[in-house]
Amino acid sequence: MSAITMRELTKIYPGGVRALDGLDLQIADGEFFALLGPSGCGKTTLLRTIAGLEVASTGSVSIGDRDVTNLPPGQRDVAMVFQDYALFPHMSVQDNIAYPLRIKKMDRRTRGAKAAQTAAELGLSQLLERRPGQLSGGQQQRVALARAMACHPSVFLLDEPLSNLDARLRLEARTFLKRLQRELGITTVFVTHDQAEALALADRIAVMDGGRIRQVGTPTEVFRQPANTFVAGFIGSTPMNLIHATVVDGEVAVGSVRLALPEHAHGQVADGENVVFGVRPEYLDLSSEPVAGALSGTVAVVENLGSHSLVSLDVPAPAAGDPAVSVQAVVPEGAEPTPGAAGWLVPRPGRSLLYRGGELVVAQAQPAVTV
Amino acid sequence: MSGTSVVETRERKASTVSARSAASVTVRAVLARIGRYTFLSAVLGFFALPLLWLATAPFDSQPTLTASIPEFTLDNFRTLLDNPYALPSLLNSIYLAAGAAILVVSFAALAAYALSRVRVPGRDALLYGLLLLSSIVTGTATMVPLFELAFRLNLIDSRLGVILVLSGGLLPAAIFILKDFMDTTPTSYEESARVFGASPLQIVRHIVVPVVRPGLATVTVWTVANVWGNFLVPFLLFRLPDKQPAAVIVYTLYTEGGQANLALLSTFSLLYSLPVVVMFIFVSSRYGFRFHGGIKR
Repeated sequence: MSAITMRELTKIYPGGVRALDGLDLQIADGEFFALLGPSGCGKTTLLRTIAGLEVASTGSVSIGDRDVTNLPPGQRDVAMVFQDYALFPHMSVQDNIAYPLRIKKMDRRTRGAKAAQTAAELGLSQLLERRPGQLSGGQQQRVALARAMACHPSVFLLDEPLSNLDARLRLEARTFLKRLQRELGITTVFVTHDQAEALALADRIAVMDGGRIRQVGTPTEVFRQPANTFVAGFIGSTPMNLIHATVVDGEVAVGSVRLALPEHAHGQVADGENVVFGVRPEYLDLSSEPVAGALSGTVAVVENLGSHSLVSLDVPAPAAGDPAVSVQAVVPEGAEPTPGAAGWLVPRPGRSLLYRGGELVVAQAQPAVTV
Repeated sequence: MSGTSVVETRERKASTVSARSAASVTVRAVLARIGRYTFLSAVLGFFALPLLWLATAPFDSQPTLTASIPEFTLDNFRTLLDNPYALPSLLNSIYLAAGAAILVVSFAALAAYALSRVRVPGRDALLYGLLLLSSIVTGTATMVPLFELAFRLNLIDSRLGVILVLSGGLLPAAIFILKDFMDTTPTSYEESARVFGASPLQIVRHIVVPVVRPGLATVTVWTVANVWGNFLVPFLLFRLPDKQPAAVIVYTLYTEGGQANLALLSTFSLLYSLPVVVMFIFVSSRYGFRFHGGIKR
């Protein structure tokens, strides 16, 4: 009903900056969708183009079965929550929530009642008379959400919804947001630069870089099978280890060490090919005894993260003369090595990936980016 | 024995020296304080005496140029009422001030909003240029061309003419002040309203104007005060005395002998300054003056 479809979307700013570059994307009805990427990747431009605050240079945007490419924001039936919430400082909470209804020419009493009702749903009943300046960050966010809900849009757009909250409140707001979206069932698109936020909230994620989409998938897909080294390095609270290697005799050779070829690459790579071996720190087991098929090195740094520790090992470079490669592994509580000790890292079977030319080695010759 | 006494004398000497130096320090501090207060009193007196004169002279039957306890009388006010131009001139001043304020505030607000939100090449140069030139527009240097222009446009003896000239002179600075207020207002307010479907005019009415209200109040007061005190432009462009504002009429209050009529002058001055004082107090209590933008968020 209110799916969002973008075709060949390109946005070039007057200065010549290409913020979106021929982008195709489909967001399903009722989906909670994340646009994830580093700053300057075009994710906010994409959100603003859906909202109508930016006009696409070429390409089209449709919401439901309506082509909205050239419609002004007010006619697109979308609601947007801004990063700074954009609550009108001179209006009370109730007037803020009622503002979209005021624009729709609803009379004062009806819109006041509707606003109060929406506020009650979000637990804001006590705050109706206050000004935005008298609210905490979390309350301001709820008011902004209530204002967006009040006009019953077919699409919600959230720009960095959690970035203005402090760390503890952010977790609370994250759960709240996910519950709210599930209950309302409205197609919601949000922008974030925080991969953990995207993984936790979204039904599907689009990872963006340089105005293009590098991968679209569920959080599990994006986390387990990053389509390219960019996504691999971006997703995950600790970045994936990406180690340059060559294929020798059906195995992955890192210097003199031979690692098992990841399953997905069986029969897809030829001997002598230069590849990148990727494995998440969570999927490397540290051993203090020599093990076959393991990367060996010296423990350089141990970072305590509470329930586990992040260990960085200096592994000698494959080619003589290169600087040592730093490989990170997560070890459970109580198993921390001491810096300076020797260690062997064994990749867990089925959890390592192989990249060729920056893209994941896949079974068929299909494009890595699937939309 | 001798050793201890030597030590004692030394200590005594040391203590007298420190006592003496302490005494000199306090003397210096007292002198400094006296000096400071004398200076402050002089400065204060310098500014307060004319005001004191303004407060007492209108009620004195024989006012002089010195401030003194008056022989109380209200005769001066009665005489002033007999002057055919005195009270109407205050009304004229109100017309001019109100007209210019409406013109300056509305045009400056629109211009400042546009300049703050739209990318105009050379915007800052334009603003600074206007600001520089504006002091000339209403200045002595352009007296002749201004008169000539008003004459050709049939704006001599027209309130509109005076209002236009004064507004022209005040607009650049008003735009400058208001643009600062607009700049500090986040664009997300307006974008948010736009997404809800508000038209540009609704955005200005519902969001922009209320948010920059302190700025508008500041510019209004500033415009009124400027017009109220302006002598040159109305003196130049009004030929008939019945349209002259108070600032010009003050100049005509002479005795038959050509001397300044201090009784009338002081009484009129008091009436002339009261409206501006009242406006300042009202606006400052209502909105609070802020010459820099930014809203508490």
